[in-house]
Amino acid sequence: MSSTVLAKPSPPVEPGAPKAGRKRKGGAGRTLARSAPLIPSMVLLAVFLLAPVVSSFYGSFTDSALTGSAAKGATFIGLQNYFHLFSDPDFLQSIWLTVVFLIGSAIIGQNVLGYGLAMLMQSGNRIIRGVVGTLVVTSWVLPEIVAAFAAYAFFHADGTLDSILRLVGLTGPNWLYSFPMLAVILANIWRGTAFSMLVYTAALADVPEDVQESAAMDGASGVKRLRYITLPMTRRSINTNLMLTTLQTLSAFTIIYVMTGGGPGTKSSTLPILAYQEAFKFSEIGLGTAIATILLLVGAVFSVIYIRALRPEVD
Amino acid sequence: MGMTSPSRRAMRGVSNGILLLIGVCFALPLLWLLLASFDGAATLTLKWPEHWTLGNFGKVLTPTLTFIPLANSLILSLGCAIITVIVAVLAAYPLSRYKMRVNKPFLYGILFGTGLPVTAMMVPVYSLFVAFNLIDSMPGIILFMSATSLPIAIWMMKNFMDSVPIVLEEAAWVDGASMLTTLTRVVVPLMRPGIAVVFIFIFVGAWGNFFVPFVLLLSPELQPAAVSIFAFFGQYGAVVYGQLAAFSLVYSVPVLALYVFTSRVLGGGSALAGAVKG
Repeated sequence: MSSTVLAKPSPPVEPGAPKAGRKRKGGAGRTLARSAPLIPSMVLLAVFLLAPVVSSFYGSFTDSALTGSAAKGATFIGLQNYFHLFSDPDFLQSIWLTVVFLIGSAIIGQNVLGYGLAMLMQSGNRIIRGVVGTLVVTSWVLPEIVAAFAAYAFFHADGTLDSILRLVGLTGPNWLYSFPMLAVILANIWRGTAFSMLVYTAALADVPEDVQESAAMDGASGVKRLRYITLPMTRRSINTNLMLTTLQTLSAFTIIYVMTGGGPGTKSSTLPILAYQEAFKFSEIGLGTAIATILLLVGAVFSVIYIRALRPEVD
Repeated sequence: MGMTSPSRRAMRGVSNGILLLIGVCFALPLLWLLLASFDGAATLTLKWPEHWTLGNFGKVLTPTLTFIPLANSLILSLGCAIITVIVAVLAAYPLSRYKMRVNKPFLYGILFGTGLPVTAMMVPVYSLFVAFNLIDSMPGIILFMSATSLPIAIWMMKNFMDSVPIVLEEAAWVDGASMLTTLTRVVVPLMRPGIAVVFIFIFVGAWGNFFVPFVLLLSPELQPAAVSIFAFFGQYGAVVYGQLAAFSLVYSVPVLALYVFTSRVLGGGSALAGAVKG
């Protein structure tokens, strides 16, 4: 992990080092020239990232729609979209589903499984380690839509999972219909664990072996060593990874959309799916934008926490 | 080696067993993809093909089904990766080399941008694209995807640039080289592996992106493979799983190849994790 604890960039070196007296005069122009390379990125970010965010906030206060009279000119309707949303059982359910999805697939699933895999890899056989690592990473590298198809086939009533259950004499349920959230959570764990595994493998490699060994000599059990040595020593990576996986999972769309379409009904419509459905299926752009704004705010809060964790690297 | 060897061996056995079990779970969905694509009578269940065939690939490898969508994916991903890398290299240089007052707010803004859920933005982005008549515009979507990849690209690029020693640049400066000359002649050649990692990272992300082109590109002849494969799934998916699997494989191969290249040749797996984590 030390690779990114950046050495502070060397102090500014000035071409033809100006004398101290001239420094103040040339200051503004020089700063401008030096920050000029930032301009293309600033323009792109302002036009294509900042503008949508700002218009999202504004649009959530209008009745804009794709069709009908509201499609021409949207009128300002204040907080109505939000009042509407918070009295809508579908929306309240969607918040709950998003929380369940985040906790199930990101916080518990990917992080615990990723950490577990990283630890098992340490003591595992070299060949098994290689094969399992490749399989886990392949699921992650595949394009999202392909992973979604594979997961769909796996959980479908005629799919692999139920066939295996039938082999051992069980009748599996129609996962996508009866337990859509469980299916998409497991699918997202399958799809995303590699990232956490890679991060934790790197973190565990930084835990000095002699600390572990001397603890073992003193008679500390495996569980105790995990709790009092390994976990505290990798705490920083755990925090960052929890934030990153939460942010990635918060915007998961494709895997859910392909597997269940948010259904049956709205039983697996997390917030990104619901925003899409409101905006494009029911042409309620205003409502969709309000959901998008709420998602952006939640993302912003997580981002700020994440930045605070990374602060030492910026300063 | 403080532990007695029998308990250590037992531990290893248990962890190998658990690893294998997890490996099997991860392998099953992938195996279906592989076997179904060579199966003349593929279903949704993982099974050994009775009739091995390349027919699924033959059916799928036509201009409208595969080649045009793949070409669209290529234009989209190449355009996005090239623009992102150029703009990110430019931005990373002053951030890495000068102490300026804009650095801190800019870097915080960048970090903040890496956390924004892009999916959440697609509804307002769609409205904006409609307002500016950019729906179905390839340049429009390429610029949008570049902007969304920029925060992470600048962050990674700055980290790579920080590790390039400044000594050679000082020599160039003494010789009177301008900032741009120094950047292109001295710094960029020294950080080629880093640039390659960022390029591939952005390319792979754009190649696999489904939601953005799904919302912003409506004409079938413009859609990249990610979207056309979904349309195919909607139209024929319930009948011809073998073809769907074959299509998926063809579309996935470039990304898998790039990943192998990055991790083997550039040692990029760890570089990636290093640039992303804290």
